[in-house]
Amino acid sequence: MSRHGLRLALLYAAALLITLFLLIPVYFIFAASIGPQNSVYDFPKPLVPQNLSFDTLSFFLHYQGVPEAFKMSVEVGIIAVAVSLILGAPAGYAIARYTFPGKNVLQLIVLATRSFPVIILSIPLAVTFLSWNLYDTAPGVGLVHTAMGLPVTILITAAVFYGVPVDLEEAATTLGCTRIGAFFRISLPMALPGLAAAALFTFVGSWNEVFAASILTLQNHTLPALVLTSLNIAPLQFSFAAAVILIVPSMVFIFFIRRYLVAGWGQVTK
Amino acid sequence: MSSRVETAGAWGEEVTSSPSVPSRRRPRVEAVAPYLLLAPSVFFLSVFVVWPAIQAIHLAFEGPNNTLTSYNFYQMTHEYTFWPSVKNTLIFMVSIIPLEFCLAFSMALIINTGLRGQQFFLYVWTIPLAISDLAAGIVWLSIYTQNGYFNSILHDLGLSQYGYQFLSYQNTFSLFAVCVVAEIWRSTSLVMLILLGGLQGIPREFGEAADVFGATFWQRLWRITLPLLKPSIRVALILRTIFAIQVFAVILALVGSNLPVLGAQAYNWYHSYQNPNIAAAYSIVILVLSVLTTAFYLTVVRNKAEIAGATR
Repeated sequence: MSRHGLRLALLYAAALLITLFLLIPVYFIFAASIGPQNSVYDFPKPLVPQNLSFDTLSFFLHYQGVPEAFKMSVEVGIIAVAVSLILGAPAGYAIARYTFPGKNVLQLIVLATRSFPVIILSIPLAVTFLSWNLYDTAPGVGLVHTAMGLPVTILITAAVFYGVPVDLEEAATTLGCTRIGAFFRISLPMALPGLAAAALFTFVGSWNEVFAASILTLQNHTLPALVLTSLNIAPLQFSFAAAVILIVPSMVFIFFIRRYLVAGWGQVTK
Repeated sequence: MSSRVETAGAWGEEVTSSPSVPSRRRPRVEAVAPYLLLAPSVFFLSVFVVWPAIQAIHLAFEGPNNTLTSYNFYQMTHEYTFWPSVKNTLIFMVSIIPLEFCLAFSMALIINTGLRGQQFFLYVWTIPLAISDLAAGIVWLSIYTQNGYFNSILHDLGLSQYGYQFLSYQNTFSLFAVCVVAEIWRSTSLVMLILLGGLQGIPREFGEAADVFGATFWQRLWRITLPLLKPSIRVALILRTIFAIQVFAVILALVGSNLPVLGAQAYNWYHSYQNPNIAAAYSIVILVLSVLTTAFYLTVVRNKAEIAGATR
């Protein structure tokens, strides 16, 4: 085999190994939760599930509090998506289209807040939300998830608007469009797929977030918060099914936004 | 139809008003516009990030009747799980970062070679990014629990009849190993994305020039790729370390209280013991550790990317 061919073979072997390492655990959790309920205690477990049934999944979905938590998670996610798009999209547009004094500082702040520990924010916000009547409500959790999702939304929308040629907007303005008109007629339609990606990104983040959600709720748990507080109480099949229900939507969403992932996380200040 | 009417109106406007008026007013609007567009976001982040951060410090030093006290810290540090949780968090961080960085860097390099199936690999390799820390902990629980898949495989291979107790509190090493593997599995994607973003920003000509001068793969990596990648490496390390210090749900799901860490302690103090002051004190420890490690990276991984000639 030629030197080049050998290197290529090694490259694919490494890629395959990494793929297996990342995929096999996902396969196992699916295998563990597709079966009758008591199968989680089987030993040794068959590597290919023998009795296919939705028993375990349906047990989880009908467990006390789960339908409500599901609804809460969706509400929280929608609030987080809506608020972070309304606030973040204009900010991303400003970063992409204008040069202005203080731009670098602002970008640095956005990048820094992206990594601010949510543990530190949750505890004082829980205290504050009690007095604002936002404690244990969907808007309360939604706003904290917005704070987490907003920086990434700004980064993705900025990247998206960079990709929309400014010439088209200028052409529209020379033809008599106002700047705002040009934005709504030209840039916004072209940016829509990217904005949708930013929305899904925020939704996935909110859907998965567990610390703030469990600190800021008492009875109206989101799905992850409910699962976390039930870890020591509920039977094992509850947790396994919960993991599958948590993973499936995110996996689908991440498929749709895969092209924007580098824009959301790969960006670095120079 | 409506768009036509509006367009006509805009045309008419320009005809009626003198052309110098819009051109004189326009720059002023343009100068203010970006700030107006950014103001809502900045305001929101101040209320929900900056202000709570200040409040957290206040809470941690708050005594009864609005007095200031360091008693919360005294009580925190004298609790028997405090020092173990600091130690565990640090060990966790130190064992994860190098392993994960090497794996993520290899993954980013593989994707960046532009091999066939690149899009497929990129999607599959980012799947864990979609998986929450809690779900990831449960995923690995199904593998490592006593009647889980790992023991089943060992059984099928004839290596163990009843399986090992990987998650028992008696075996600290396996507790750590299990959590480290789970956390690496979950979060390497993120580091890979950051490094990949950096790699894609390096002009191809640099590598080609190195090839012309006969540089080996390692020379290229060491003299060109790594120095140019420094900003991305720094961000990846900072982000990753800050997330590692906050580690919480993976450990709670996998090993529960057998391995106390700072994040889980903060959660317990707020949730189970209902003491926001000590919970806040724990969060201040997390904040201080985050700031210290960030400062460490900023001084050690300097920004001055020196491109040493590969032929030297």
